[in-house]
Amino acid sequence: MILNASGCLDPLVAPDVARRLDAVVTKTVTPLPREGNAPVRIAETDSGLLNSIGLANPGIDRFLADVLPPLLELGPPVWVSVGGFSAADYARSCTRLDATAAAVVELNLSCPNVAAPEDEAAAIVAAARAETDKPLYAKLSPALPDIAAVAGAAAEAGADGLSLVNTIRGLALDPATLRPRLATGTGGLSGPALRPVALAAVHACFRATGLPIVGMGGVETGRHALELIAAGASAVALGTVLFADPGAPDRVRAELAEEAALHGFGTPAAARGASHERVAAAVNGPRAERERLRLKL
Amino acid sequence: MSPARLRVLGVERVGPYALLRLGRGPLDPGTPGQFFMLRPPGLVVPRPMSLCLAPPGELAFLVDPVGAGTRALAGLERGDGVHVVGPLGNGFRLDVQRPLLLGGGIGVAPFPFLSARLGRPPALLGFRTAQHAEAAALVPNAEVVLEPTLVTELLSPGFDVLACGPEPMLEAVGRLEPAAQLAWEAPMACGFGACYGCAVEIGGRLARLCVEGPVLGGRVRGQIPAMAGKVAAA
Repeated sequence: MILNASGCLDPLVAPDVARRLDAVVTKTVTPLPREGNAPVRIAETDSGLLNSIGLANPGIDRFLADVLPPLLELGPPVWVSVGGFSAADYARSCTRLDATAAAVVELNLSCPNVAAPEDEAAAIVAAARAETDKPLYAKLSPALPDIAAVAGAAAEAGADGLSLVNTIRGLALDPATLRPRLATGTGGLSGPALRPVALAAVHACFRATGLPIVGMGGVETGRHALELIAAGASAVALGTVLFADPGAPDRVRAELAEEAALHGFGTPAAARGASHERVAAAVNGPRAERERLRLKL
Repeated sequence: MSPARLRVLGVERVGPYALLRLGRGPLDPGTPGQFFMLRPPGLVVPRPMSLCLAPPGELAFLVDPVGAGTRALAGLERGDGVHVVGPLGNGFRLDVQRPLLLGGGIGVAPFPFLSARLGRPPALLGFRTAQHAEAAALVPNAEVVLEPTLVTELLSPGFDVLACGPEPMLEAVGRLEPAAQLAWEAPMACGFGACYGCAVEIGGRLARLCVEGPVLGGRVRGQIPAMAGKVAAA
């Protein structure tokens, strides 16, 4: 299953791209409208793209009136990304979304470009859970010191799945002035640099929770998607790659099927968690084998 | 909307700029002032470039090699492939009676194509140095000024102004000719409304330049935060 990462596609401006996805994830919507951060908002670095958009969105009222209805007409299931600054913010949006045809609510608990919510992830998940029966995915930051522990707490609080990962905070300086290139100073780093970070997060959270996971972070090819699935992702989202290649959904899907077959998997989904089996084999296999041999001797 | 892989036919030096000539492939040249996203080799996101020339079978872009992306594009060689998406955005309206092209520096880029479509109207172009001014050779009927003279000093009333250049120039032109069509520039990661990176103030609010522009007619924009709240829709 291939989705877009939240904030990496406007399905109403590019419906042809959106229709090639298995589900469309909205840009994060907050209770009140937000104009977003002052420009300059993006800068390419040596290892990826830095952005500081700041959750620009029309607010939940206008979203429900003007944005969601045409999104639902596009065809693919719509996942609504919800953001806020307190558990009550998330709960309020979930109450409103519960009556809609949105397929999933993704709780954006990890925007690096706005103030962090005052409540902990698990408290936000619990508050959202109380307001909606829709599947809830918790989107976590790779900067968490122990992302698996937070994922476990989110699962206990009622999360049905995880979205891993958001961007990680970074800074780029203008080479001439040595001043920050973004107006807000720091921004969220996406693209190739995020790939191993995302893999580690997915790997850790799969082991900790077993929940469905949308893996994302630097995916450019089917090979990258397969690696996330092997680490434990049940779906893969495309982010920065969509900016350079709006045809990426079809391309990555085809490459993924090919890569999975090359590795002997009947379907990409069959590769889920494969890295764990191989880690177990590498760590325990030879030792177990030695023990067995020793016992024999 | 997949990117087309276009073949580099040649890269010609025009003063400090590079004229990147690509085989057109399946792409339409669009309207002057629209732009294309060109992915520099080895980099993560493409760069927005307005079309400079559209000879049969070709798309040509004038590149000012000032950063990693534009240097990589200017460094392409004949036979290389480059991924291109476009045309994107809103170009110039061509239903004008007395067109005058007003350009500054690399802002001259869309004018050769625009001039051809408008029947070679007069152009007034300003450059930093005589070397930069070599690009004026691409634009028919052009009068050239060099700094410290500004193009706005030579602007006389009665024209339908179509302008492209640095922001201070466009702001000055907008003050002198409120009905001018102004082609703006902003950093963009996608060019089709996805990244929200190109937000600028348009009519008093932050909006995506790639969706609403890059040519804004009859509307004035300024820089956030300095101009916030001071600019109204005309």
